Amino acid sequence: MSLLFTRNLTKAYAGVTANEDINFDLPKGQTRALIGPNGAGKSTFVGMVSGRIPATAGTITFGGEDISALPAHQRIAKGIAYTFQITSVFGGLSVAENVALAARRSLGAAAPAKVAEVLDQVGLTDRADQTARDLSYGHQRILEIGMGLAQNPRLFILDEPTQGLAEAEIDAFKALIRGLDPETTILLIEHNMSVVMDLAEAITVLDQGRILAEGTSEDVRANRAVQAAYLGTEHA
Amino acid sequence: MRVFSRANALHLGLIALLALLFFLLPAYHTGNLARIMVLAVFAMGYNLLFGYTGLLSLGHALFFSAGMYGLGLTMHLGGASPAPAFLAGLIVALIVSGIVGFLALRTTGVAFMIVTLMFAQAGYLTVLYFGSYTRGDEGFVIQQARRSLLGIDLSDDTNRYFAALILFAAALLITGAIVRSGFGRTLVAIRENEQRATMLGYDVHRLKLIAVILSGVLSGASGAAYALLFGYAGATFATVQYSIFPLLWVLLGGAGTTIGPLIGAIFMFYLIDYASGLTNAYLLLVGVVLVALTLFAPQGIVGTIRARWIRWLP
Repeated sequence: MSLLFTRNLTKAYAGVTANEDINFDLPKGQTRALIGPNGAGKSTFVGMVSGRIPATAGTITFGGEDISALPAHQRIAKGIAYTFQITSVFGGLSVAENVALAARRSLGAAAPAKVAEVLDQVGLTDRADQTARDLSYGHQRILEIGMGLAQNPRLFILDEPTQGLAEAEIDAFKALIRGLDPETTILLIEHNMSVVMDLAEAITVLDQGRILAEGTSEDVRANRAVQAAYLGTEHA
Repeated sequence: MRVFSRANALHLGLIALLALLFFLLPAYHTGNLARIMVLAVFAMGYNLLFGYTGLLSLGHALFFSAGMYGLGLTMHLGGASPAPAFLAGLIVALIVSGIVGFLALRTTGVAFMIVTLMFAQAGYLTVLYFGSYTRGDEGFVIQQARRSLLGIDLSDDTNRYFAALILFAAALLITGAIVRSGFGRTLVAIRENEQRATMLGYDVHRLKLIAVILSGVLSGASGAAYALLFGYAGATFATVQYSIFPLLWVLLGGAGTTIGPLIGAIFMFYLIDYASGLTNAYLLLVGVVLVALTLFAPQGIVGTIRARWIRWLP
């Protein structure tokens, strides 16, 4: 059974339908990429899943439970971690405290060990005491991912994690995701095709608020509609 | 852990220093200091919400006067003794801050400031409306004979000073423990980035409500103690001026620092005291100093010391 599925999930802003009748299934343990041109509705979709954006219609089921009516913080508490597209860390607090805030809610007394583990995992141990806003952009992105990992999520949603990163940092990011527990289910919004092809076990293509294609990377590459809408154009 | 013990040492040292000052300073200053310590508890309550949680209230006079009248009226009209009356003050402040928090937290930012201001204004008008009980602006005196707790006469200078110190010490140690706890650090996270805190799974609304209530109860404890120790309750303490005072004390002393509220209250008290000895236009002088401090030390006295020199200050 899928860890996450949505049925007829729809978001309409005054006159514009950003997401229309999305039926999406994400099996447990899979790494899924969500791709599509700008404005396709990717962030809207994960926004509705995480609870940041209220859905107009449709249902969201996570771990066998209908979470459609839950506020964002309760969905997060059920094991969804969300990293922001625009870096959103606690700028005035130390790197370690940022990670600790992520770990403490679910782990309590076990949090300090988890913080040390995550800082090591993402390579920020040396910078643990630095103030987050003094970090380079790349390190802030990495910290953001670390804050997700510290929550031991069942579903890890990453909204364009490699945006603005240098090549070497992107390689480090790929290695980090590959090194995660294979049980972790990942939903990855990504524009960088090399990241998608390297990490994703399956791909969902959104276009104009609808699912255009879904399948393995080969299936998606071969899909003519996708080529027309996305891959075949400037992103090839 | 070292930071924790240093913070505790600082707090205990400050309490010891205040105890010592009673024997070193002339009576005039110890009288002032007793008053300042009680008001510093008000400032600490305010600081918990403003300095740590990042919510700027303009209505804290309501919580202060809730405690003041909660104690004052149960003694004055109900004939209660100080201990249950003090408890009544705390309970009234708890209820009032719970209601105000529940309603005002539907708003944020400027709207929150205005809503809290309006609630406080409504509270002030309520005190005036029930003037036959509260005696309005004129207020009422709590007789000296009634102000005795466990056989200790709280109107006596020495007893009053140490009662104020005990309240101050309790408030300082409690807020010190709160802001270092997981709960307190989550409040700071809300101040820094509320959206992020929500997306880490924290129930931000509930935490803010708890912060308003803790802040309100501390402010109420200060108001109740003020009425008990100085024997007077009046509507002046419910005016907007008493909502602005804690904001100024906290800004001057250092928002988000545990000892800042006391430092700010001392500074402001003696600034007014000194300036009014120099000129009739003392408020002008006070204003100039406040503007200068805001320009050159926007983090307040303790906040600036922390930023420049002593990073571990709690």
